[in-house]
Amino acid sequence: MTNKMQIAPVRARFEKQILPLRAWVIVCSAISFLILTPLVTSLLSSLRRPTEAQESPPRLWPRHFSTESFRKLTGVSDGVWHYIANSLALSFGTLLGTVLLSVLAGFGFARFNFIGKKIFFGSILLMIMIPFQAILTPLYVIFSQLHLTNNLFGLCLIYITYQLPFSIFVMKNSFQAIPKSIEESAMVDGCTPWSTLRQVMFPLVIPGAISVALFAFFAAWNEFLAALILMTDQPHYTVPIMLTILNSRLYGQTDWGLMQAGVIVTMIPCVVLFLTLQKYYIQGLMAGSVKS
Amino acid sequence: MKDTSEQKLSHPNFLRRRAITGAVFTVPAFLFVLVFFLIPLVKVVIMSFQDYPLLGEIKWIGLSNYREAFADTELWRTVKVTLLYTVIVTPLLFSFALFMALLIKGTSKLTKFFRTIFFLPVVIGFGSASYLWYWFTDKMVGPMPEILRLLHLGTQSEPWIGSMPLALFVVIALVVWKFSSFQMILLMAAIQGIPSEVLEAAELDGATGIRQLRSVTLPLIKRTISLVLILSVAGSLLAFDQFYIVTGGGPDGSTITTVFDIYRQSFLQFRLGYGAALSVLAALALMLVSLVQSRVLRSSDDE
Repeated sequence: MTNKMQIAPVRARFEKQILPLRAWVIVCSAISFLILTPLVTSLLSSLRRPTEAQESPPRLWPRHFSTESFRKLTGVSDGVWHYIANSLALSFGTLLGTVLLSVLAGFGFARFNFIGKKIFFGSILLMIMIPFQAILTPLYVIFSQLHLTNNLFGLCLIYITYQLPFSIFVMKNSFQAIPKSIEESAMVDGCTPWSTLRQVMFPLVIPGAISVALFAFFAAWNEFLAALILMTDQPHYTVPIMLTILNSRLYGQTDWGLMQAGVIVTMIPCVVLFLTLQKYYIQGLMAGSVKS
Repeated sequence: MKDTSEQKLSHPNFLRRRAITGAVFTVPAFLFVLVFFLIPLVKVVIMSFQDYPLLGEIKWIGLSNYREAFADTELWRTVKVTLLYTVIVTPLLFSFALFMALLIKGTSKLTKFFRTIFFLPVVIGFGSASYLWYWFTDKMVGPMPEILRLLHLGTQSEPWIGSMPLALFVVIALVVWKFSSFQMILLMAAIQGIPSEVLEAAELDGATGIRQLRSVTLPLIKRTISLVLILSVAGSLLAFDQFYIVTGGGPDGSTITTVFDIYRQSFLQFRLGYGAALSVLAALALMLVSLVQSRVLRSSDDE
């Protein structure tokens, strides 16, 4: 007990850890090492000469660095730039659609009572409970009939829909956090609901909108199953589906350096966006999980 | 400028107009939900009673799809492997997540630095993470078998994804790597939310270390714990990407999960009606999990 008392102030200076400071640093570094190893070795593999990336057993540190795998990626089927363009168009489309619809609906839910509010709210709850994987079969049939398969716009509409429960929830909470008096004084000053939203309310919910936008972008950029099912022709592939072209089960010998170059290209936007907008990402994550 | 006054805000005409305005704001989003969720939801139920080939005649066949599903030994195999995977992954994810959450609950610069590193696997796509691990654990060129060999920790001669417990192990390692930090952040936020006076009081009473964790910290974040566990169960029951990419369902179809089976029936064999019946069953199972979830969360609120 006395021993404890002596240690306490020292620990307090470095906040309270479950371990003594030195052990804490060692444990955290070890976990970081485990977490980073796959990422770093993948990056190194993509930066080897392609022949060296095929070697077995692998060398852990490359003999020669080379960007040849990345250059080869531009020659895969329609070329990596084509797939990046597809994915960017899809992701920004999803982002814009999701932000627009969820800001409008979030404002409507937070501040108005209207007929059908309960039905809409119930549908959203149902969407949270029923996994989207369960309705891919009918979506595929409907999309085939409407000629929306192999159509990025069609896929974008699906992504927007499935971002809505989370996004509307975040926006509704953002609007509810604004004092009613702000909106009322805008109305008394002659603002219509539409101009109140645009000029007074929206600027106040921008942090929420950034979280919504970020998650919409990530979802569209990374989604695999729906894109795999609905985009059957190579020119319409997204970046994650491009990776399936690089897989050996379909095309004989796998070019491992090429595959890891593809993996790195897919990861870069996610890592950059996360590092720059970390705060909004974490906030969105908290809000999203409280919902469910 | 219109003539305005305070009274205007409570006038009946104004309230009616507000009701219409509110509906107008939400209608666009509702249309999306209607067309891309509610209609397909009705359609999946209808399709499950039909023989629905991609081309050719669609026939009503009553409960045949469901009867076939329950009689299909292949289906029970997919359910079994999905459940086995869920039962293994859930406690593993939670233990790592809790341990990491306790490590990085502080607010210092160094803590934040580690937290950012820990969190990196969460933000990359599951598809690309799966392709990364497919390579990372490859017996010939992958670093992981090589590192284990250098450490004299294993000399498995067969390809890892070619034999059964190992194939599942590879996917589980990938998922633990990818998702532990997701749960970590939620648990960390809950732990940070515990008032420091409570912990100090516990310490004065002699509850420190593991004891404090077990009898003070964990009970106080019970709600978050059940949330995290349920998210993990639901996510594991829907596993697809990781198995499709890393094991391809092999060896011998022993890692085909439920969603993988739906994919296979609907989009490889184009038995869309049967795929729809499997989807309905999967949706019902997941709704059951959701119901249990809301029960559990409500009961932990009551206390």
